[in-house]
Amino acid sequence: MDILQLLIGGIANGCIYGLVALGFVLIYKATEAVNFAQGDMMMIGAFITLTMVNEEWWGLPFGIGVILAIVIMAGLSYLLEVVVIRKLFGQPQFAVVILTIALGFVLRFFAGVIWGHDPQSLETPFAGKAFDIGGLILGYDEAVVIIATAVLTISLYFFFQRTRLGVAMQAASQNQLAAYYMGIPVKWISSMIWAVAGVTATVAGILFAAKGAIDPASGLLGIKAFAAAVIGGFGSLPGALAGGLIIGIVEPMAQYFAPPGYSQIMPYAIMLIVLVVRPNGLFAQIQQKKV
Amino acid sequence: MRIHFKTDYLQDIRLFEDRREMIQYILLILAALSAPFWLDEYLLGEITYVLIYVLAGIGLMVLAGHTGQPSLGHAAFLACGAYMQVILLEAGVPFLISLPLAGLFSGVVGAIVAIPALKMSGIYLAIATLAFGIMVEDVIILLEHWTGGVEGVLTPAITIGGFEIDRWTTPDYFYWLCLIVVILVTVAYKNLLRSPTGRAFTAIRDSEVSARAMGVNVARYKMIAFGVSCFFTGLAGALLAHFLQAFNYEAFLILISIQLLLMVTVGGLGSIHGAYYGAIVIGLLPVVITILREEVSELMGLGNFTIPGLETGIFALILVIFIIVEPLGIYGRWTKIRIWLELFPMARKDMFRRQKSYLKTERMK
Repeated sequence: MDILQLLIGGIANGCIYGLVALGFVLIYKATEAVNFAQGDMMMIGAFITLTMVNEEWWGLPFGIGVILAIVIMAGLSYLLEVVVIRKLFGQPQFAVVILTIALGFVLRFFAGVIWGHDPQSLETPFAGKAFDIGGLILGYDEAVVIIATAVLTISLYFFFQRTRLGVAMQAASQNQLAAYYMGIPVKWISSMIWAVAGVTATVAGILFAAKGAIDPASGLLGIKAFAAAVIGGFGSLPGALAGGLIIGIVEPMAQYFAPPGYSQIMPYAIMLIVLVVRPNGLFAQIQQKKV
Repeated sequence: MRIHFKTDYLQDIRLFEDRREMIQYILLILAALSAPFWLDEYLLGEITYVLIYVLAGIGLMVLAGHTGQPSLGHAAFLACGAYMQVILLEAGVPFLISLPLAGLFSGVVGAIVAIPALKMSGIYLAIATLAFGIMVEDVIILLEHWTGGVEGVLTPAITIGGFEIDRWTTPDYFYWLCLIVVILVTVAYKNLLRSPTGRAFTAIRDSEVSARAMGVNVARYKMIAFGVSCFFTGLAGALLAHFLQAFNYEAFLILISIQLLLMVTVGGLGSIHGAYYGAIVIGLLPVVITILREEVSELMGLGNFTIPGLETGIFALILVIFIIVEPLGIYGRWTKIRIWLELFPMARKDMFRRQKSYLKTERMK
């Protein structure tokens, strides 16, 4: 029973990792850039929602607050791409990596100045309630996390496979120049994908802050989510979610079974093993680089 | 403007371009050697710290700047060097032997880490080093027997031929020690760059595929690059151990790795000078911020105010501006200014315009 309970908590945590990992994968898929600031975008999204919803700030109704926060974050991410990231258009991947790492620090700094460094919790209508299924306790918050993640992943998957915009995004990622010749507005596409990634980050942030507490350093969770994305194979949406779930489940299990001190290493150890055994992740899309 | 009329192929790989450059560097070294005579102890300590960072930066520059393999976990190798140094000294190994051994240990660890990393390219390599950098923190705590766990270790004093060198009692000797190591490593690095190995590194950076076509064994040279880079970084770690005197895992957090990477980027990727400039920026920034803060609080009458994380925030902002405006860092900007001055008034506006490039995926489907 203990193990099942751990499993539920693990899945809920894993969903949040998976959502942040989705953000990584989205941006990577469309622009071949790796956004190391994804975790910090999640943190900012959570703080904006918190400002809207919590009593001591504006105290808006929960639903309205969430929608407003998502819209604001989509706009902010869009602007971030237009103002900062686009300047590196066509530059080596490495430059974008360093840039986004630095951006993460900047975001963390501003969050610290605006909201302070104390952990804060998001007030939600589903806090503190739980289902009791034959002795197993499933919190409303955990249920919401799992459902929201499932819905978001499935809709994103269909967005990329079925819609014109999604297919255009895939084309732009494979060959910018060719996509441009085919009449795809490549620049606008990459701004849009950042906006979408901002939205997933906000959803992840809301769920994270509802389940626990958020502070500016929470953005470092991005590194763990990054491991999740790598395990899943970086170019694959379901893979990212699977990777997140694996890490989410392994963490509490390792805490339970392994001697103390080993559990923090587990996510990264799994990632290294996956990198060694299947260098391109469990859901590989990358093959030998050609000229 | 200087014009070099080349009559010999060897002229291309000389350490110094001409006599004037050689004299400049000799003067610089003399000035650095005499620093303890005209600087107070506080500044000397700061400069020693900068020198250690220069060493670590050079280590990362070999990898990130010249082989084009970004490492996001270099503080891990700093830790390897530092802990190995302490262990060796406590086992009674003399300093002059333990220092290169500590570096060597770090280099071997780096080469071993690189083996699985070789299968990966670009971003995946960076990820593997990131994982290694994060794990090292927990590994240090787990290896309590050797590393002292959370409590950390004390570094024994350095004795060379009966001479005792200590950071606090004899700061000038410690400064000279660091300076000599840095000069030796810089010369070694410069020599490496003009050897076939160094050329292979640069070829890999510029295009892996064409390097392979030219007969460079990419995997092998990547491993060598990792080894050399981690060797230098390990030396820096050993000196850092003596500088800190007492340290634990907190000296090697993942943030330090990232700071190192940011440092070489601001300094200028792909140039030895860049490692120096970056380390100077890192070393001087806290001082400048403290002075500015005092000025501002006096002007506004705010009293003694502090903003936590201000330093990192400002540094990150500087970095963002650099990457967008001048990806080649301080060194690149300086080269442009110098050439503009040398050519004045003949410089053309588009002389340094970046070539446009478009992205093609690494994913083939």
